[in-house]
Amino acid sequence: MLTRIQRARKHCRNNPQQKQEKLRTKGRRTSVPETFYHRRAVCQRSLRLYAMDDTRTSFLRGLHDGFPICLGYFSVAFAFGIFAVSSGLDVMQAVLISMANTTSAGQMAAVPLLAGGGSLLELGLTQLVINLRYSLMSVSLSQKLDPAVRLCDRFVVAFVNTDEVFAVASSRPGTLTAPYMYGLILTPYVGWSFGTLIGALAGNILPAALVSALGIAIYGMFLAIVIPAAKQSRATLFCVLFAVGLGCMFRYVPVLAQVSEGFVMILCAVVASAVFALLAPVPEGEVTDS
Amino acid sequence: MTDLLSFFAGLLVCAGVTYLIRALPLVLVKHRIRNRFLCSFLYYVPYTVLGVMTVPAVFGATSSVVSAVVGFAVACLLSYWEKGLLTVAAAACIAVFCTELLLPLLSVTV
Repeated sequence: MLTRIQRARKHCRNNPQQKQEKLRTKGRRTSVPETFYHRRAVCQRSLRLYAMDDTRTSFLRGLHDGFPICLGYFSVAFAFGIFAVSSGLDVMQAVLISMANTTSAGQMAAVPLLAGGGSLLELGLTQLVINLRYSLMSVSLSQKLDPAVRLCDRFVVAFVNTDEVFAVASSRPGTLTAPYMYGLILTPYVGWSFGTLIGALAGNILPAALVSALGIAIYGMFLAIVIPAAKQSRATLFCVLFAVGLGCMFRYVPVLAQVSEGFVMILCAVVASAVFALLAPVPEGEVTDS
Repeated sequence: MTDLLSFFAGLLVCAGVTYLIRALPLVLVKHRIRNRFLCSFLYYVPYTVLGVMTVPAVFGATSSVVSAVVGFAVACLLSYWEKGLLTVAAAACIAVFCTELLLPLLSVTV
């Protein structure tokens, strides 16, 4: 079976108009034959088709990679929907929060403030602290994006640059194109919004055992990203262990446990990454390739 | 009415702050970073962030610590064998579900 590009090339070769023109001029070269323009148009068309093929495969690959995130999000958003409604918000408000924020921890923290009428300053500060880690991820993602990705596409991608989307995006080899990113963020965003709606509407439809089991899906995905990388490079393994150790320290040592979760995450990730960037710098070129 | 207004004001603040945090670095840092330290730092960031987010939060993600540990172990093993994201996530869910089915039976017999 011929691909569309091959068909376009074949069309380029056997185009009847071109043959007729050759016959008419009997090989003599007149000024600029009109076939020149025709051929150029056909070649441009085949180029466009080629670009479309590329766009489509990237987009589909993105969809494929994003689907597990969608499943995980559905369950988390479901839990968020239940939580929001039980805190006194109505269904539309819960869905609006999910659609406007797309952050799990940030939204959970915002719900009591929104329902209980916390001050705007308080709201803004909470979001800043909990979500500051995204700026770290955005800087990292900016290095993975193809330089050709346009500014307007960057503005859209940034909106759904969540922990999981970032994790999957950074685990892909090479640079990332705009169609791939759109494919990647589409289903998670839909799953997140839809999951909130269903959870808010009917929190008690799903049996509790199922909700509990779905709760681990996101972490399973994280492990599937971290462990293969840690298996390949010893430095990565120790770096992750160091970060986890620091994180546990902040969780369980009495005084340190008072630091907010958002800060702990930033602090541990920054310290561990910086220490290992000094101790075991990654060889040139490996950063974008791996 | 004032309730609704204050809700939308709050929603706007939340969404605005979150979006700016995400969008500014992505839009402003357009050039390739050449500095070796920064490159290495950014290479380690995703893994450390994911590590810190997973442990110890994973042990509280399900309704019992035991099922979470089983799910965590299954996920670790499958990821070590380099299975795909969906496979690992689904297997962890199934493991948690089965453990929670079996747990009451075990506690009765013990």
